[in-house]
Amino acid sequence: MTTAKIKWRPKIKEIARQEEYFTSGQRLCAGCPAGTVARLVMHALPRPENTIISNATGCLEVASTIYPFTAWRVPWMHSLFENAPANASGIEAAYKARIRRGLEKEMPDLLVFSGDGSGFDIGVQAASGAIERRHNFLYVIYDNGSYSNTGIQRSGATPMYAWSTTSEVGKAEPGKPVWRKPIALIYAAHNPAFAATASIYHWKDFMQKVRKGMEAEGPAVIHVKAPCHRSWRYKEELGMQMSKLAVETCYHPLWEYDGETRSYSLSTASKVIQKKPERKKPIEEWLEPQGRFRHLFRPKRRDDLLKEFQRRTDEDWEHILRITKQ
Amino acid sequence: MVVGKQTLMGINGDEAVAYAAKQALVDVCAVYPITPQTIIVEKYAEFVAEGEVHTEFVRVESEHSAMSACVGAAAAGARTFTASAANGIELMNEVIFLASSIRMPIVLAVADRSPSGPINIHCDQTVSLAQRDTGWIMLYCENAQEAYDTTLQAFRIAEHADVQLPVMVMLDGFVLTHTLENVYLLEDKVAHKFVGTRVPMEIEVGGQKIPLKLDPKTPITIGPLALFDYYLETRIQHHEAMERARPVISSINDEWAKLSGRKYGDGFIQSFEVDDADAVIVTTGSTAGTVRYVARQLRAKGKKVGLLKVRTFRPFPSEKVAEILEGVPAVGVFERTHSIGSLGGPLFNEVRSALYDRDKRPAVLGYYGGLGGRDLHPDYFETIYKELFKVKQTGELPPRPVKYISHRE
Amino acid sequence: MAKQKPSYKEIPAAAVAWKPATDYKTGDWRSKRPIRDTEKCTRCLICWVFCPDGAIHWDGEDLTFDLDYCKGCGICAQECPVECIKMETEE
Repeated sequence: MTTAKIKWRPKIKEIARQEEYFTSGQRLCAGCPAGTVARLVMHALPRPENTIISNATGCLEVASTIYPFTAWRVPWMHSLFENAPANASGIEAAYKARIRRGLEKEMPDLLVFSGDGSGFDIGVQAASGAIERRHNFLYVIYDNGSYSNTGIQRSGATPMYAWSTTSEVGKAEPGKPVWRKPIALIYAAHNPAFAATASIYHWKDFMQKVRKGMEAEGPAVIHVKAPCHRSWRYKEELGMQMSKLAVETCYHPLWEYDGETRSYSLSTASKVIQKKPERKKPIEEWLEPQGRFRHLFRPKRRDDLLKEFQRRTDEDWEHILRITKQ
Repeated sequence: MVVGKQTLMGINGDEAVAYAAKQALVDVCAVYPITPQTIIVEKYAEFVAEGEVHTEFVRVESEHSAMSACVGAAAAGARTFTASAANGIELMNEVIFLASSIRMPIVLAVADRSPSGPINIHCDQTVSLAQRDTGWIMLYCENAQEAYDTTLQAFRIAEHADVQLPVMVMLDGFVLTHTLENVYLLEDKVAHKFVGTRVPMEIEVGGQKIPLKLDPKTPITIGPLALFDYYLETRIQHHEAMERARPVISSINDEWAKLSGRKYGDGFIQSFEVDDADAVIVTTGSTAGTVRYVARQLRAKGKKVGLLKVRTFRPFPSEKVAEILEGVPAVGVFERTHSIGSLGGPLFNEVRSALYDRDKRPAVLGYYGGLGGRDLHPDYFETIYKELFKVKQTGELPPRPVKYISHRE
Repeated sequence: MAKQKPSYKEIPAAAVAWKPATDYKTGDWRSKRPIRDTEKCTRCLICWVFCPDGAIHWDGEDLTFDLDYCKGCGICAQECPVECIKMETEE
């Protein structure tokens, strides 16, 4: 179904005249790309007016619904941190059963939002179960690489060596001692209808993946890199650039998984690098502008750690190249 | 007394609950198996496999997700049911608080089992009683028949326009869940009529009356962040809904009596021979049956003993309990739980507190026992009555008002 | 004196939100405002795409910055391909 369809392309001048289902007046930090993520997702949905959202606890949830205000113009529910996909399972089940009894007419589309705290860590079980049960929902994980909402603690998405308030930089430890989780691969291994990585800078690709994921029959997961200037410690206007560099350095390659053909494929921005490897930027270009990696450069340049970071990045990239090989 | 046509079946408490949920036309049943609740989910799986129900049966990966799926389903307008026990209830705990706070009328059957550790699968009420501040309505059953009757009533109470709160129905692990009893079931069509169709509660948002339901026609935001400026107000609304449940619990108990011929006191408490009693034991659940047996035997010997069974623990019937117990010389509260580090268990504290403002306060002693499924022999209750008589005669109270029974010294 | 907040009897049950976020003006947070060179601007709408706050409106012909909500993050200025937006410090 997903591959057979003519590829939807976001026509920006038309989309920009559409209603915003995620409105202004939300209280995310100035320059927080999570706002862009939510807006673009809503604009990419095939039927935003007929979509129900289940949102895990996190920055987006808190900032968009500070009582008595709400930035959502669709039915929206937050219950807890780790259970948004389970909530969605129940919503889908309710409509299915009630349609069966003639109490409802139409099945709405289901969208789940979470950050990396829920998507990588505390909510993995609920997401895994919901995907296994083949509920028809799109799960968008916006990954800002830390528990930003609670004050920048490390998560399973936090990069190795990054400073956070629970992976401090000191004499004994240079920030987070371990590598991040390959979360999109973990969800893709469940064989959902669709899975993908995305970057907020590559907005067309992201919106297309949202459309594909929602139109796919069955569970779909999108892992979108959405930088956080409070946690990454870059200048607030650089959010999109940080997300772009994550792709260009192949720390966050863009790919998608099609559940029908059970195949992985590289998305354009990463395919360009596969074809012309000289375009792959050194990881330092992504690390250096971020204050959370400051200790890798100052007061003394840590070549040992930079080399190790580059090695791990290359290893992951090679793995992605292998699995996406046609 | 049996009114109308009812089917007599030899089933256990778990099956009784499953039949009730089936007849309640549950839209969504999201469950995770745990002993001694398993027969409920297994029986329900049979109904699903045979196409006897329209229910979406969501076989989730944990109790946390079971209650979370129920919350999502109830928020989308479904009649919703789940069941669990002990560790499962503990894992659900976060969602249990949440479900009642956003007014989701879910029915949860609790097969009461001891908490770990040591791990134990048998009966006590520690875990369910620990849910007492979650803002749920809590109903305790004495036998399989009551488990059936109460489960059907629970849907009516939960979904009542004045209430809109979730309800827990407790049945003692193994003692009720796995013990075969004769249970009368209503005819399907009679049960269907009794439960009716769920209508989501109406709320007023921006001057418009709309259903509390995730529906694209009337988009609402459920579960925002409410801090010191509003959180307390939402909690007081919750408290008021619980207070409004009091007349509803009684009237549905009456309605059920007309339909089935079975009545559970006023829906809150059931008393046995309390009017002239010198000693009364207060308890919950299946233990009430054992105590009634003992009381009946002692009455036959001319001893003035009575029983007060608390069926509804939340909202707690303080006034009714005090009315009955005021003037009784000695009262023993037996709980199949304990509260380590407290003066007494939850039931003891409720009962004693209810009597505080009364002129003729009885002596109130507390007893813990039967933990981990330890068998509760009638002798224990005979001993309690004896102790209560002694207090009445001597006026002397033991050094500590609460003690353990049924253990080895 | 500030208007008193409603009592528990006046708010919707179940803590459902009852005010649109647009009633809350995040523009008050701003320390810098975007100034656009309308001559240079090609109306490519990249700024509209990336604005995290939906504070840029497109009426089919031209763009406007909605200063009620613009938090002044400067992403629009950073991402504009023809560099027609400048961030000016608020007075």
